[in-house]
Amino acid sequence: MSLINYASREINCKLVYYGPGLGGKTTNLEYIYEKVAPASKGKMISLATETERTLFFDFLPVDLGTIRGFKTRFHLYTVPGQVYYNASRKLILKGVDGVVYVGDSQLERMEANLESMQNLYDNMAQHGLDLTRLPFVIQYNKRDLPNAAPIQVLQDALNPGWPVEDPSRQRPLTDPNRPGEMLVQESDGMWIERAPYFEAVALRGDGVFDTLRAVSKLVLKTLG
Amino acid sequence: MTRGSSSWSFREEDASRIGSMLNGLLREANARTALLVDRTGQMLATVGEEPRFDPVAFASLTAADFSANDQLARMLGENEFGALFHQGERDSLYLADIARRVILVVIFDNRTTLGLVKLRVRTTVERLAALFTEMFAREAAGEGVTRMDTGFVGEAEDEIDKLFGS
Repeated sequence: MSLINYASREINCKLVYYGPGLGGKTTNLEYIYEKVAPASKGKMISLATETERTLFFDFLPVDLGTIRGFKTRFHLYTVPGQVYYNASRKLILKGVDGVVYVGDSQLERMEANLESMQNLYDNMAQHGLDLTRLPFVIQYNKRDLPNAAPIQVLQDALNPGWPVEDPSRQRPLTDPNRPGEMLVQESDGMWIERAPYFEAVALRGDGVFDTLRAVSKLVLKTLG
Repeated sequence: MTRGSSSWSFREEDASRIGSMLNGLLREANARTALLVDRTGQMLATVGEEPRFDPVAFASLTAADFSANDQLARMLGENEFGALFHQGERDSLYLADIARRVILVVIFDNRTTLGLVKLRVRTTVERLAALFTEMFAREAAGEGVTRMDTGFVGEAEDEIDKLFGS
């Protein structure tokens, strides 16, 4: 829920990093925390277990600065990936403005990826939200590992696309981040849209800011 | 692409009405600070002594605290816990739900009592609930969803490129 506060002249937007356990959601936030200039970031909060598994969420506020008189801020959240923490996951999605799904590229984690993606759709629906109509990007993490699945395999499984029913949107749309690839295209007489995706190695920061930049721009567009 | 679930805006006149209600509450309850946090974890207003903590982090944790307790309430067969109390050695917190979308947090110390704070919060919650219900109705009627001017998005995108690298 983007909140425009005319009294304090602030705009706050909520971004949630979702995905299977140990996929790298917290690592994304930690890298962002490490690299963003001190003046632009708030305190990072991690509600984690003793073994550093996320128990409830990680939270990192990032300030964009004052734009046209409004202090603009993104609230970055992660959810706990482990299956049995679904109650916490659902709570964090409340009021979300944009979602980053962090998938684990390892072939062995395909089932966990699929389960988490399905869980994301279900939990969004329970909040009355349609993931396909909100700012949503996918990050395939751990691309450096030898057992990483080919991108096409991940795309087919996790980002097969959804039908575009609005006639005004039934036209080819290229992916601004990937020349030659399409976000909206016609296939067998049907218009299909896919979420933008990014390859990442979050531990060393590869792809982390590309992902964040993409989702935050999509969120800002919904304000204009 | 659509905006998040229930975007809303907070006008200056709303803030001044809320400010005067909260100031009245602090005076009558002899409490130190009153904060309003929305259920998604965003700070709406702070009145009274300037908090010594990071208000952004505080708001996020308050919303999580309330949400987790909501779930506990349901496990007991309750609809919700309308209020929560956290007792410290020096400072304590009293949190109360407003219209299921906003949380009122009162910070107080041993200059007052929990009983007095509870009593005063009850009447303030009723008045705030009426005000927020009016604000939500305004928003439901489509008056609340405001668009930022086109220049805003462009400038914000430039800032994103600067901050997050392009």
